[in-house]
Amino acid sequence: MSVNKGEVVTIIGGSGSGKSTLLTCINGLEPIQGGKITVDGTVVHHPETDLNKLRQKIGIVFQQFNAFPHLTVLENVTLAPRKVLGMARDKADEIAIKQLSHVGLGDKLSVYPSRLSGGQQQRMAIARALAMSPDYMLFDEVTSALDPQLVGEVLDTLRLLAAEGMTMICVTHEMRFAREVSDRVAFFKDGHIHEIGTPAQIFEQPEKPETAAFLKVAH
Amino acid sequence: MFHTALTLNDLLFLAKGAGVTLAITAIAVLFGTVLGTVFGALKAQASALAMAPLTFVLDVLRSVPLLIQLILANAFQSIAGLGWSPFIVACVMLSLYTSAYCTEIVRGGIEAVPAVTRRAARSLGMTWGQDMANVTLPMALRVALPGWIGLTLGVMKDTALVLWLGIIELLRSSQILVTRLQEPLFILILVGAIYFLISFPIARLGGRLEQRWREND
Repeated sequence: MSVNKGEVVTIIGGSGSGKSTLLTCINGLEPIQGGKITVDGTVVHHPETDLNKLRQKIGIVFQQFNAFPHLTVLENVTLAPRKVLGMARDKADEIAIKQLSHVGLGDKLSVYPSRLSGGQQQRMAIARALAMSPDYMLFDEVTSALDPQLVGEVLDTLRLLAAEGMTMICVTHEMRFAREVSDRVAFFKDGHIHEIGTPAQIFEQPEKPETAAFLKVAH
Repeated sequence: MFHTALTLNDLLFLAKGAGVTLAITAIAVLFGTVLGTVFGALKAQASALAMAPLTFVLDVLRSVPLLIQLILANAFQSIAGLGWSPFIVACVMLSLYTSAYCTEIVRGGIEAVPAVTRRAARSLGMTWGQDMANVTLPMALRVALPGWIGLTLGVMKDTALVLWLGIIELLRSSQILVTRLQEPLFILILVGAIYFLISFPIARLGGRLEQRWREND
């Protein structure tokens, strides 16, 4: 499977089908036993690849909340630009405030993450990843741990990013969202891409029976 | 009417002993904590096999009575011709002893940091060192603090054993006074109060820090 710049690819499939693992393999958190993953020509799992440098280009947001609890919202977002990119404090603050306002958290800068709702924490995690100006964003079921009423605000943020032309790979169970936003949808089964195509193809005319069966249940 | 033979000079003598106790405690806790943090971070990261030699040494330090360690260390340094003063022997052995306990406290604190949080830090491009310094150790500190305060308070009392190397610290000072003045109860109550007074700030420091962190939650 290859993803081009500006594309939004969503990955759907049952639990244990390997969707989340794929994302953590792309940024080198997980090792691979076979095959190859390249990002902009760099082979991810090559021993000489500088993973820390590669991860500056790839933003990832996970399903579980992982805010740094000992830092305020603003500090959470400015930490990586300051420490990894060596940015000066005021420049980092400027970028952080911009990203946090973009996701609707401009008024929560000096709040600690424990005081945020789940939806707000996820939006903060998105802003934190975006503050590094990545070329690609990976979203791993970012709404699955949220209360239903908080899902909408996070999906809105994802829609905004997609409209702005960010290259995204989203693992999601939100079928309506996948249909609306994706350029392509991949259906995973047993660790393989079972079928891949445009939303129209996958949702309306799936070729494989397993795809159709999954969609029937998931809808 | 209460009467005591204790003079101002005696009180100054006790204060001097307290000073020695504090000095040894401060040195032991400082070096022990630095070493313990390094060892604890290593043990949290590396495989059990790679850590086996270090683990063995630290287990010995934790298991053999401190008194035996002090006396043997003093004997060996003399045999080896190192020429260390009893004060240096005391500081070295107490630092190693503190580091052995501190290693486990730090390791426990680091392992209490959720893996997902560390994954998030690394995914932002932080190196292992940057993750440790900015995310993991600050979070581990909050978990490890009560244990570390307990260790510090314990080490302060363990310093009394250095009297067997001939060092006149607080407890030995009180023994000397008791022998001379024959007022054991009063002097022991007084010395107990002095130990309490010098420990009190450390115990309360822990409380104040936890209070400040709790306000952020």
